[in-house]
Amino acid sequence: MERVTPMSDTAEKVKKIVVEHLGVEESKVTNEASFIDDLGADSLDTVELVMAFEEAFGVEIPDDAAEKITTVKDAIEYIEKQKAE
Amino acid sequence: MFSLEGKVALVTGATGGIGAATARALHQAGATVAITGRRAAELEALAAELGSRVIVAPADLADPAAPAALVEKVEGEGGSLDILVNNAGFTRDMLALRMGDADWQAVLDVDLTAPFRLARSALRGMMKKRWGRIVSIASIVGVTGNAGQANYAAAKAGLIGMSKSLAQEVATRGVTVNVVAPGFVKTAMTDALNEAQRTALLSRIPAARMGTPEDIAGAVVYLASPAAAWVTGQTLHVNGGMAMI
Ligand SMILES: NC(=O)c1ccc[n+]([C@@H]2O[C@H](COP(=O)([O-])OP(=O)(O)OC[C@H]3O[C@@H](n4cnc5c(N)ncnc54)[C@H](OP(=O)(O)O)[C@@H]3O)[C@@H](O)[C@H]2O)c1
Repeated sequence: MERVTPMSDTAEKVKKIVVEHLGVEESKVTNEASFIDDLGADSLDTVELVMAFEEAFGVEIPDDAAEKITTVKDAIEYIEKQKAE
Repeated sequence: MFSLEGKVALVTGATGGIGAATARALHQAGATVAITGRRAAELEALAAELGSRVIVAPADLADPAAPAALVEKVEGEGGSLDILVNNAGFTRDMLALRMGDADWQAVLDVDLTAPFRLARSALRGMMKKRWGRIVSIASIVGVTGNAGQANYAAAKAGLIGMSKSLAQEVATRGVTVNVVAPGFVKTAMTDALNEAQRTALLSRIPAARMGTPEDIAGAVVYLASPAAAWVTGQTLHVNGGMAMI
């Protein structure tokens, strides 16, 4: 039987922030979803999202890293890496 | 349409002529006002006069850490910060030939950099709330220039460019960013003028009188009010007709 890997806490929290902030359907917030192309974010939204992630996870996301976070998965991976360090 | 009931406003330079009049006017329109300046005793006196709905927050805006701390204090005590009035400012006039780096920098720090830092800190909460007003007090000389005021005119022109840029960044969030550019207003700042300078100035003002702090406060209340929701990135000149631009 195939096992479904449970969503990590980080992933769950990231998705919740995205849903709240962008006001999109939870089902649309897949790992591959791009904030701008798929979820209708504008550049200001992406800055606000990064600030919301920083606040929620207590991490620093410098501008050059923030620029590379374009999908939900990018955000989850970046935050998990920061937290592991 | 002009009621500010339920809003929290921060007015810098509230110990001065224009700042105190602006704090009174915003308070009269229903806002809770947070007043700041370096002179704590003057702030306390104004607070006593206003009675309720007032937060006293002394600070020196030359200190790079002061703006963020101020915004945090106002948001903590007032529950939010909806209206920021960047009014604090000072002059250090001299011809450019004699203007040292320190004379230039001191004016830029308080008159331009502090307003930017305050706006940056305040915008976060405003954007979240989808409502906010930033009004900065520039000066007619920021647009016309003035001999002896290279530092001050640069700072005031800087406020206008900064406000237009911020206005574009946050327009979709219900936050407006505008400037009021006073002409010559009777306050401590212009008490320094001598009689000859005053007469020369008056001859250039069609209204034939200097402005009062209340003349400026009225413009700030308008821009802060719900009535001005669609006005952003603008500079409102309030100068008795001295320059029509
Ligand atoms: N009066 C005019 O004709 C005129 C014309 C055009 C523009 N303006 C502008 O209007 C604004 C208000 O000026 P005003 O005429 O009302 O002058 P004012 O009576 O001299 O008031 C200036 C205010 O700025 C505050 N301030 C100065 N340096 C500060 C610092 N380092 N930290 C914190 N606060 C500081 C002062 O507070 P503390 O001393 O308590 O620190 C005071 O409350 C200024 O931005 C000025 O450039 C005035």
